[in-house]
Amino acid sequence: MSEKAIAKERDLILDVKNLNVRFETDDGIVRAVNGLDLQIERGHAIGLVGETGAGKTTTALALLRLVPDPPGVVECEKLELDGRDVLGMSIKELEKVRGKDISMIFQDPMTALNPVFTVGDQIAESIFLHENVSYVEAQKRAVAMLELVGIPGERAGEYPHQFSGGMKQRVVIAIALACHPQLLIADEPTTALDVTIQAQVLDLMKNLREQYKTSLIMITHDLGIVAEICDEVAVMYAGNVVEKGTLEDVFNRTKHPYTEGLFNSLPNIRDRKAMLTPIKGLMPDPTALPEGCPFSPRCPYAGDDCAAPQVIRSISETHFVRCCAYDRPGFHIERKER
Amino acid sequence: MLRYIIKRILMMIPVLLGVSFVVYYLMDLAPGDIVAQMAPQDATPEQIEMLREELGMNGSVFERYFRYLGNLVKGDLGMSLSQKRPVMELFLERFPATVELAFGSIFVALLISIPLGIAAATHHRTWLDGTSMVTAMIGVSMPSFWLGLLLIMLFALKLGWLPSGGREGFVALILPALTLGANQAGNLTRITRSSMLDVIRQDYLRTARAKGVSEKQVIRKHALKNALIPIITVFGSTLGNAFGGAIMIETVFSWPGVGRLTVRAINDRDMTLATGCIIMFTMFMTLTILLVDIAYAFVDPRIKARYSK
Amino acid sequence: METTRRKFTSAELQQYKKRSMFSEVWRNYKKSPSAMIGLVIIIIIIIAAIVAQFVYDYDTDIVQQNIKERFQRPNAEHLLGTDQYGRDVLTRILYGAKYSLSVGIVSVAISCVLGSSLGLIAGYYGGFTENLILRVCEVFAGIPSVLLGIAIMSAFGQSIVVLMFAIGLVYVPMFARTARAAVLPVRDQEYIEAARVSGVGDLKIIFGHVLPNAMSPIIVQVTMGVANGILTASSLSFLGLGVPVPAPEWGAMLSNGREFIRDYGYLTLFPGLAIMITVLVFNLMGDGLRDALDPKLKQ
Repeated sequence: MSEKAIAKERDLILDVKNLNVRFETDDGIVRAVNGLDLQIERGHAIGLVGETGAGKTTTALALLRLVPDPPGVVECEKLELDGRDVLGMSIKELEKVRGKDISMIFQDPMTALNPVFTVGDQIAESIFLHENVSYVEAQKRAVAMLELVGIPGERAGEYPHQFSGGMKQRVVIAIALACHPQLLIADEPTTALDVTIQAQVLDLMKNLREQYKTSLIMITHDLGIVAEICDEVAVMYAGNVVEKGTLEDVFNRTKHPYTEGLFNSLPNIRDRKAMLTPIKGLMPDPTALPEGCPFSPRCPYAGDDCAAPQVIRSISETHFVRCCAYDRPGFHIERKER
Repeated sequence: MLRYIIKRILMMIPVLLGVSFVVYYLMDLAPGDIVAQMAPQDATPEQIEMLREELGMNGSVFERYFRYLGNLVKGDLGMSLSQKRPVMELFLERFPATVELAFGSIFVALLISIPLGIAAATHHRTWLDGTSMVTAMIGVSMPSFWLGLLLIMLFALKLGWLPSGGREGFVALILPALTLGANQAGNLTRITRSSMLDVIRQDYLRTARAKGVSEKQVIRKHALKNALIPIITVFGSTLGNAFGGAIMIETVFSWPGVGRLTVRAINDRDMTLATGCIIMFTMFMTLTILLVDIAYAFVDPRIKARYSK
Repeated sequence: METTRRKFTSAELQQYKKRSMFSEVWRNYKKSPSAMIGLVIIIIIIIAAIVAQFVYDYDTDIVQQNIKERFQRPNAEHLLGTDQYGRDVLTRILYGAKYSLSVGIVSVAISCVLGSSLGLIAGYYGGFTENLILRVCEVFAGIPSVLLGIAIMSAFGQSIVVLMFAIGLVYVPMFARTARAAVLPVRDQEYIEAARVSGVGDLKIIFGHVLPNAMSPIIVQVTMGVANGILTASSLSFLGLGVPVPAPEWGAMLSNGREFIRDYGYLTLFPGLAIMITVLVFNLMGDGLRDALDPKLKQ
């Protein structure tokens, strides 16, 4: 069976192979994403988890081909959205895809909206660009969209500075979902919000996603959000996926030492006297990444074999890990029991 | 809003009083006795003193200033010695020409600086950026009267396309407005560029791109409207610079405005005319800038919000 | 224990900080080619102006008329030609550099000292003092600089010293505002409060703690101020209200050349070029300094 046939069979909405993004700056080349593979099935929600600087946002921007160039350079073997080659698209075609087939919610709603346009106009613009409707019709639909995210329609004529942070994020969500995209990328959509507002916004996203059957990439460093919203998890470290699997796989059958470290550094509600176990050390300098496993300097299981380039290996049909320690006989990680 | 306007106007009054006093005082220090000049050649010192009292030119500088101020409110600035006409009349006759030149130059300045500033910002760190910035810097550094003379040499004397002076018809405005505009454009280009550079880095442009807005529209619609805000807020001071610069330009182009009138009054040692012109000119300028500022407060909802608190 | 752990006295530390700040600024400044070009040309102009004072004699080379050689267009003997009295334009421009430079520099020194002090006082004390100073500045800033210059020159008569004071006064409000703006964010800082509480005198606080914070914008303002001062001085001279004739002040030379603009354009061209280049290089230096002093602002 050819690769394509497998892809068809699994009905992939997104298929990325060997994505590399580097920023060529005065201070050296920053390698933000290094050989990332990512597949998402239609209708699935995948959580992209990792520390700040792991390359999550850059990956997302690369999917929309929005990495600023210069200084960014994107190289990729394959980047297909719903079977269409995004890499080979002209700028014109790309503009048709952005906001229509794939759209993005940004981290900070305070800065994501244009201060000099009304929120109604900002939603309507997306509809007007992609759907074959008049501007008046687009504005009508923008009002409906605003109501859908829980904002009274009559506020469409107001400017962003008249809205609170949570409301602004609702507007951003309305913009992103205005044309019912097939794939939605949410880049830490709740990080900048208050905890109570966070829950509301997450709820809203969850409902709308189910309603529209939108596939989702949820970028976050909050494992709780992943558990609540996603079907699958991809853990990123230094610009690559180190472990990927279903929620079950990654949460309950953790395989990568880094994922283990992430879980161990969470506070345990049932045993509040237990010490937190942070991961020692820092993320490697992205201008000078090690040849082998980038996590090895911080890894409690590191051995001589870690200096070699790492390959992804499959644990089960759904579960993959990038760690050579599994070549060692009888290797297993020792995650703390909760 | 009304409170903001009233507050601005009330704050203006002491400034206007201060300006008029400073100018009156300085001009009063100038050598030469106006009354003696006005009196007939063979007048005796007693006759001169009588005339002085008649004209209200006796007493300390403060007394005279307040008398002057009282007359100013009534619209009387005295008689011009050199032109034998009321100063107020001369001023009002010339002021429209200065306003015309100032606004004409701002129009030219905006026409040059906005496209240039945007091009420089969107082509940041390229030859285009460098060239526009050097051009802008040269524009700021050029003595405006010199640029005016160079333009006269080229377009009036050598090519004969445009008149070298006067105020006959629209063509006469072109060279003076271009000269004064080029001077303003230097600053405005720099402001446009830096504000555009600031806007270009904003997240909301990424949001627009992610929506599928074309790059051209991202710049022209989403970025430009934000980048113009600083230009609008400096409009008042730009206007002030244009008025100030007009004084030199009017002299170069024989433009019949207040600036030329003032310079000529100084050369003729006609202190009554010079004092009246400088005071009235500064007052009108200050009031115009105030009006512009108030107008913006109406236009921009954010300025309005700031002051209504 | 405390004393043994101290490795530097505070004076040493201050000096170390100063030195490293200077070299840091210099390192940043060097990075900008335009700023370096500006600095080099400024040095050249200053050297040329000084040398000219020794090489040329004012009475014979600068003002003495030589009707035989009048109106010679630029040629090998007179690189920039001669004026209507047969005087060499290049010689006069080189000699005249001292007027523009000295007026620019002295007037900025006046406005810097006066304006910055007023601004520091206004910013530090606040309240009525601040209001009064700001209003007075507003009065002087409200009069267009050329008009204020005209008024001062006609009040005190035409001389280079009056010109320096006139222009110095014109730019006082600018320095006052700059200094005050720089003080405002520092005024309520806790270390100022701490110094005040521990009985340090106001003057000492202003010069020891507040002034250093206002230093960068003031330095930039000084370079830009020299440029503006030269421009305003030449404007006044052009109007016949600056340095009295027959001194070869550039603005006055330009004004003189204007009479012959139809046939001898070079008499207008070269003095103006001299003004422009001098103003330009000071502006370039000011720009470079601004970027070097505050790398965050660099774009």
